[in-house]
Amino acid sequence: MAEITLIEGLRQAMDEELARDESVFIVGEDVGPRGGVFRATQGLYEKYGPERIVDAPLAELSIVGIGIGAALYGMHPICEIQFADFIHPAFNQIVSEAARLCYRSGGEWTVPLVIRAPYGGGIGGGLYHSQSVEAFYAHVPGLKVVIPSNPYDAKGLLKSAVRDPDPVMFFEPKKGYRLIRGEVPEGEEILVPIGPARVSRPGTDLSVFAYGMMHQYCWEAAERVAQEGIDAEVVDLRTLKPVDKQAVLGSVAKTGKALIVYEDNLTGGYGAEIAAILAEEAFTQLDAPVRRLAGPDIPAVPYSHPLQDWFMPNPDKIVAAIRDLAAY
Amino acid sequence: MELTEQLQVELNRENLLEMYWLMLLSRRLDERAWVLHRQGKIAFHISAIGHEAAQIGAIFAIRRGQDWLLPYYRDLTMVLAMGLTPREFMLGLMGRQGEPSSGARQMPSHWSLKRAKVVSHSSPVATQTPHASGIGFAIKLRGDDAVVLTTIGEGSTSQGEWYEAVNWAAIHKLPVIFMIENNIYAISVRQDRQMAVPRVADKALGLGLPGVTVDGLDAIEVHRVVSEAVARARGGDGPTIVEATVHRMTPHSSDDDDRTYRPRAEMEALKAQDPLDLFRSRLMGEGLLTEKAEAEINERAKAEVEEAVAYATQAPYPDVSEATYPVFSGDRHHG
Repeated sequence: MAEITLIEGLRQAMDEELARDESVFIVGEDVGPRGGVFRATQGLYEKYGPERIVDAPLAELSIVGIGIGAALYGMHPICEIQFADFIHPAFNQIVSEAARLCYRSGGEWTVPLVIRAPYGGGIGGGLYHSQSVEAFYAHVPGLKVVIPSNPYDAKGLLKSAVRDPDPVMFFEPKKGYRLIRGEVPEGEEILVPIGPARVSRPGTDLSVFAYGMMHQYCWEAAERVAQEGIDAEVVDLRTLKPVDKQAVLGSVAKTGKALIVYEDNLTGGYGAEIAAILAEEAFTQLDAPVRRLAGPDIPAVPYSHPLQDWFMPNPDKIVAAIRDLAAY
Repeated sequence: MELTEQLQVELNRENLLEMYWLMLLSRRLDERAWVLHRQGKIAFHISAIGHEAAQIGAIFAIRRGQDWLLPYYRDLTMVLAMGLTPREFMLGLMGRQGEPSSGARQMPSHWSLKRAKVVSHSSPVATQTPHASGIGFAIKLRGDDAVVLTTIGEGSTSQGEWYEAVNWAAIHKLPVIFMIENNIYAISVRQDRQMAVPRVADKALGLGLPGVTVDGLDAIEVHRVVSEAVARARGGDGPTIVEATVHRMTPHSSDDDDRTYRPRAEMEALKAQDPLDLFRSRLMGEGLLTEKAEAEINERAKAEVEEAVAYATQAPYPDVSEATYPVFSGDRHHG
């Protein structure tokens, strides 16, 4: 088994799906000869040519709008938005169009489309190369929202997303692109289903829910507090929409305490939905208030190093939050 | 261009009479919709009156059923030509079960007819234009010979979506015809508050494709111009912007009152340029239509409209359970 990076998992997934199905193509900014600004599509242009690895004009809504049109014709586009921060011009196409076409046509028109976008901070990206946008899309019926936290899931979930008959928002933790490595078997088909969460570290004292880069940090924090005798269970949500409610409720039924960690702004962030599910459906099983550790409610991640560090949740902050909750 | 293709876009007597029939049917349905609204029997209507000639001329330039149409809300004449029936139109107006565009989920005149390759559109304007270019892109990737016709009002060409979509089609020489039905008014705002160029087709200059303006009251002329654009598209020469100048002879919609912004004298003057009257006179002048035949056709149209109203009036509403699906493609479809 080979150890690969998260971004290599994504690249392999796209390579395999392009080879499997001629209706799959990639469209985005700099995805062609440049291989993407993060190199997610490196080598694909040489292998599949300019017709299937398409350099788009610098206009994000058209990347999604063109993808929707092609999907209506029967293609399976993968639309790359260079940074999640730049997805906002495409909001209308994603929310008014991709998400609603099936419903508004009584199921006659469907949109098999994947929108990939690197998200998240901690990389010196400042206000406009650090944003987390998942909560906007998790709010919208008709979209699936997926965020992998490791190379295996990155590959398996992206392949499933490409084969999904409906629009999938696929957000990638860019800080983890090369930082997060993991074993991925070679020469076998890896398909991770959209939907189920995964308990990445079983525990009994409290439950920590996270996704993407924050999952990695939570796992590290859980390992550290284990040395102090706190046995934290870590749940990687993986699919934000539809949420795996049973996994969330099942974990808290066991531990009685919940901490949700996300790097988006606190208010109205995705963790609020997990907190609401627990308040509504696990009230009698809770031994402590549900806690959220998230980015502060300022417009975005500042550039300067100490300011960025202040913004970002990290293993130290998560350790402190776990200790606090465990002591409740 | 191949001779066979050229023949397909030429109009014979039968075509011209069918064009007149569809324009007339569209007008009578449209007028009936206004009455239904005033009677409190429907919640909303948005009108094609004054646009019929431009719409029918354009639609007879494509291969109906093989080529793709991405229309906008004012295109009643076009979708009738693509096969929407009067009964189906009335089901939509009244929000009845089985209405083909959306299963009565969308407001009336938000067209979709997959059996005829008419793609569903929404209310935010210009959103359909990138889809037209995307379909054109897929047609080119697959090497198919279909073309895409997409329509829009002149005000909606102010949207970035329209520019980005046309830009794509121009870069990749996609088989798309971007048609503008220019009636000068975007609800209440006149064209000179939407753009500095005197003609919408002038925008083509900045995007690198041909732009043509045509008299949208003349169905034959629109047909000729759009046929040329279709030939270019099918021949691999890329997209064309076609601006058809038309009149909006009604308020924007049943929710609008145009007396607040449009002089009555202007509205009165439009009656002398009614595209339906112009086409009727032309057919009569050419000896293709007699007074007697016209009267018969008119009676037939009225009868079809009344039959459709009666049919839709007794048709059931959707079951409330139909509001729950289909959020995703695997969910149950409407009847």
